[in-house]
Order: sequence, then C-alpha cells, then structure tokens
Amino acid sequence: MVTNTRTVAVHVPVLARVEGEGALHLRIRDSQIEELRLEIYEPPRLFEKFLEGRSYEELPELVARICGICPVAYQMSAINAVESLAETDPGPWVKAMRRLMYYGEWIQSHALHIHLLAAPDFFGYDSAIAMAKDHPRLVRRGMRLQDLGNALIRLLGARSIHPVGVKMGGFHRAPALKEATALKVQLEDALQDAEDLVAWAAGVGVPARDQDVTLLALDEPGNYPILDGNIASNRGQSFAVSEFEEHIFEHQVAGSTALFSLFDHQPYLVGPLARLNLNLDFLPESVRKLAVKTGIHWPSGNMFHSMTARAIEICYGITDAIRILEDYGEPGHASVPVRPPEGVGYGATEAPRGLLWHKYELDGKGLIRSARIVPPTSQNQARIEQDLQHSLTAFGLDRPDKELQLHCEQVIRNFDPCISCATHFLRLSTERL
Amino acid sequence: MDTSPPGIKPRLAVHKFASCDGCQLTFLNMGETLLQLADMVELVHFAEAGPVAPDADVDIAFIEGSVTTEHDLERIRQIRSHSGFIVAFGACATAGGIQALRNFADAAEWVSAVYASPEYIDSLATSTPMSDHITVDLEIWGCPPNRDQVLGAIRAWLYGTLPAQSQDKVCMECKRQQAVCVLVARGMPCMGPVTQTGCGALCPSFGRGCYSCYGPAEALNTDSLCGWFEGLGLLPADITRQFRHVSNSAPQFRDAAANIIATDAGHGH
Repeated sequence: MVTNTRTVAVHVPVLARVEGEGALHLRIRDSQIEELRLEIYEPPRLFEKFLEGRSYEELPELVARICGICPVAYQMSAINAVESLAETDPGPWVKAMRRLMYYGEWIQSHALHIHLLAAPDFFGYDSAIAMAKDHPRLVRRGMRLQDLGNALIRLLGARSIHPVGVKMGGFHRAPALKEATALKVQLEDALQDAEDLVAWAAGVGVPARDQDVTLLALDEPGNYPILDGNIASNRGQSFAVSEFEEHIFEHQVAGSTALFSLFDHQPYLVGPLARLNLNLDFLPESVRKLAVKTGIHWPSGNMFHSMTARAIEICYGITDAIRILEDYGEPGHASVPVRPPEGVGYGATEAPRGLLWHKYELDGKGLIRSARIVPPTSQNQARIEQDLQHSLTAFGLDRPDKELQLHCEQVIRNFDPCISCATHFLRLSTERL
Repeated sequence: MDTSPPGIKPRLAVHKFASCDGCQLTFLNMGETLLQLADMVELVHFAEAGPVAPDADVDIAFIEGSVTTEHDLERIRQIRSHSGFIVAFGACATAGGIQALRNFADAAEWVSAVYASPEYIDSLATSTPMSDHITVDLEIWGCPPNRDQVLGAIRAWLYGTLPAQSQDKVCMECKRQQAVCVLVARGMPCMGPVTQTGCGALCPSFGRGCYSCYGPAEALNTDSLCGWFEGLGLLPADITRQFRHVSNSAPQFRDAAANIIATDAGHGH
C-alpha cells in the first residue's frame, strides 16, 4: 500500500481548446478528491430576457448569436418550437434541406473538435498548429472536412457563421440545381477522407474508462436523430419534447454560477456518443459496418470513444447528404407560411454537442412573452464533473500534477463543452410565467 | 512550403470577451490558411486554438466580444498595456453586440430574473465596445466579419499600413451584383441603405432584407429609411426593432431608435 499524504491543488485558470472560457479547480487531500469544480466564467449575455418582446420571425437571426459554432442548431430548435405551436408541416423538401444544412454543422463542428481541439492531446502537442508540423496530412484532412461542412451550410445559408438563409417555414432561397450538383461531387470526393478518419480515430490509443451512464437523445422515427421525435433514454424512458421540464431539473451548487441538469435525479449524457449508442441501427448500412469494424463494442460507456463517435457522425452526415442531393430538385416555394397562435411552443433538435431544447411563449401578435433555452453543455455539466471524479481516480491521484492536469483537460474535452452557449442560460428558477 | 518571412516573427494574440465565439471561429475556419498564418506570425495567446498566455507582450491583438463585467474592465486595460496594435473585430467589440440590448433595459432586473442568486453574477448594467474603454487601432465590423477582412488586416499590418476599408452601403454592393432591390421591388424592410457593406450583400442576394450585421454606413439617412418602412406599413415598434438588432448600440442606430420612440410617444399625447 502506498500512503499518500500530499495535498495537491490543480488550478487551470483558462482551459485551452474548449469553446468559450472555463476553469477547473481540483483539490486532493490524502489521496482523496476534496474538491473538484468546473467553473464557467463567461459573462451572462441575458438572451432569454432580450428575446422578450421580439417577433417570432426574428428568432433565427437572434438565437444564432448565442453560439458562433452551432448557430444552425439554435435556428432549427427555435423554428421547431414555433412550427410545433403553429402546427406547420413544412413538407418533405424543407425537411430534407434542414437535415442537409444541419449535417453541414455537424461535419464542421465535429471536424473542428477532433482536429483542432481534441487530437493534439493524444499526440503530445499543445495545438493543432504545432501538430501540423509533424502530421500535416492528418491536420489537412481535418481542415478539408471542416471546409466541406462549411460549404454545406453556405449552400443554404449564404455563410457558415450566422447563416442568413433560414426562416420560419423553410428557407429564403432554394439552391440552384447546379450548385447542389457541384456540392454533391465535393461530398463524394470527401467520403474516403471521412472513412479514413473513422479508422484513424478508432486507432488512437485511449484509456479504458467504462462507466454505466444514462444517455438521452431524440428518438426520430426511422432516422438517425437530428430534427424530430421524442426524447428517449437508454433506460427505456421516453417523453415528449413538451414534457422536458417534468423530467429534467436544474439546480445550482452553492457559491458557483454553474447549473446542473439532472434527469431522474441523476447526471446524464447528451451528444454524439449518446446519439450513436442509442441509434447505431439507424445508420446507413455502409456507415454501420464502418462503426462495427472499428472494434469498439457499441454501445460504449467510455467517453474517450466520443472522438470516434464524432468521426462516424461525419461519415454519416456525408453519406446521407449525398443521398439527399442524389435526387435534388428546385421546389416551387422554398418555404410555407407559419402563423403561430397565442400559446407555448416547444422544440428540440440534436446540436453537434447534443440535445438543444427551446420553449417560447407567444402572445396573440406573435411577440415573445418568455423564452427558455437549455443547451447541451448545461445538460452535460453534472456528467463532466462525475466523469472527472471517476477518471481521475482510475488514472491515479498520485500522478504528477502536470499529468493530472492534462488528464482532466482531456476528460473535459471529450464532451466538447461549449461554454459560450452554456453560460447564457445558467438559471435556477424555472418558474417565470 | 514555409512562408515565414525572415527574422523574428511578430507576436499575435486573440482575446475573448462577452461573445458567441463566432469571430475567433473566423480564424479556426481558415483551413490551411491558418497554418500559413502561423508561419507568418507567432500565435502567443489564442485559448480556443491552444496557446494560453493572456498577459504576454504581443505586437498585434485581436479582440472579440464586448465589455460586460468589472473584470472585463481590468482585463481590457491590461491587454492594452501589453499589446502594440489592437484590432477590435466583430459587432460585440465594435458596438457592444446583440447583448447591448440590455443598455435599453433595467439590466439589474434582467439579471435577477435569470439568476436565482444574482449576487454571484458579476455583470455591468451595460455592454460596451472596446473603444469606450481603450484606444483601438483598427475596428473590423460585422457579425461575423469575414476571413478576407481579418486576413487583409493582418497582411496590411505586416506591411506597416492599414487595410482599405469600404464604408459603402450594402445598396452599392447590390447594384454591383445587379441584384433586385428587395425593398423597392418586393416591399421587404431592408436595412441595406444605412448599413456598411463587407458581407457581399448576402441577404438581398438570398431574396431577403438586410438586418445590418455590419453596422451603420457613412453618411447615412435613417430618417429617410424610416419613412420607407412606414410606407410599407411597419409600426413604430417594428421599425425600432430593425435598428435595435445586432448593432443596436452603434450611435447612429441607437439615436434612430430613440427618435422613433420619442416621436411615437409625442403622437400619443
């Protein structure tokens, strides 16, 4: 037995390679974790308040500004909420184009995360730029995929950061056939890159960290989930998007601004690993085979497999985008009218980082009375801290500080936390009618 | 190919304040150009990309986001003291951003409505641009600015000059593209006549009105545009919202909205 009586205090004042800014505080006394706190210090931007009094039609532009990395997700969840209140059926063309645009965001965000944020850890670099000196092909492949995701968003949104093409009921403009065809060729050319990326990601040596984790994701009938369906868990529960507040509760930890979402009083995971674990069978056969070929036993309880899950979702996005563009035709109208009545609308979609839930109360003139938004990173926060406790103990608390710090950072990055999103919605009282 | 110039590389930092991260994503979305950029300059501080050294001396600093906390005030003065050339980029850093809508409300009430324990929240009553607090050497407007603006600024600075910045209105860009005017031809509210170009007139080219994410143009006539909007049947509250969008606290737009509200209140009496 090793008796360890040292006290270790690891403070990482600025977490590198996460989106937004956060910090970590860890104190170990006598081989026990005495304090472990992931701190978010993004200043609040009070989005939910300034949405009050705005028109529902302005939501796509306004909510996009919550996150520059996943603006499409914010636009889609908001539209989903208003259209569900208005009982709008936007039709098959709009639904297909929304999926296509959303794949663009998954591909862009996942490729960014794998290459620029996560991968450098595994090879001992502090940035992708440093890694590119020794592994130029790897980094360039990642950047090509990221570019492709951006091109897909641009097809429907004109630009990839805060795209302008989306509106309630559909799109402002339909892509011309020749634009769609050109992009399909680019997607076909990229498929090999994506397949290679899956094999590469699965080949990266990761620690064994299996845990029994509660997972939540949309359960979209017949599809890998992205835009529709109930919210389902790996424990057999399923509930409607409008029932979210009956199942998910948020509470604050004393002295911190951080909020923790709990499902059935337990931390839970949303995001690519949750989606893949729950929906492997809804992948197209070629992608499912690729996932199985990695040798990872799905469903996996190891958060370190989330990098491979992201790579598989890139491959899926490209594969299904090709299918959608296969029989692309320009529609008569790129949108349908949406006229929401007074009432409350709920919407949820699968952002790159997981379930993104919106609720809007509208008055009779279509102005917003109240808004509530729960982003994926707030939902994962409790799980991140729990995972840190577990992973650090498994890693060995008597390791040198520097190694402990790196391991903490790796564990946090597995979740791809987007602190820019999370902090704008830290809130404690859900009663604000 | 190593494109690094001879001699010591200039040192660059990217700092974040209250924002959505979209402006710094302009760097991370550059693809291989980002690798070439890293050959030309040394990325000293850019937390999202990896390097963390917020207090290091640098030759050029890009600042994203607006000032919204007491701590921000300290930070920005610190950054000014150890940075040679400061570029404020994006709507938040140049005009306070969308979150500057708090400037027109009771921000303390907002904070306590959102947070059960507002005493933990360090938040100022206002969201303000960098130029309210420090000397800014260059502003790049846009929500988000595009990569050519960002790269153009760095290249110009490397050559000891300032980038050419057009303050033309979006209308001029529409004319160059021979795009149909959505305001005149389709009766859509469009902020193009008072908005500086730089985006490439994306919204009108997609058949919709501009919502001014690049901020006010030079020599603009907001009264005339308000008249157009009234002619389209917009109510004063609708017109106010057009100005109180992404660039709500840019002085010209702030004043235009205040005028509409004052005039409307006058009519009520």
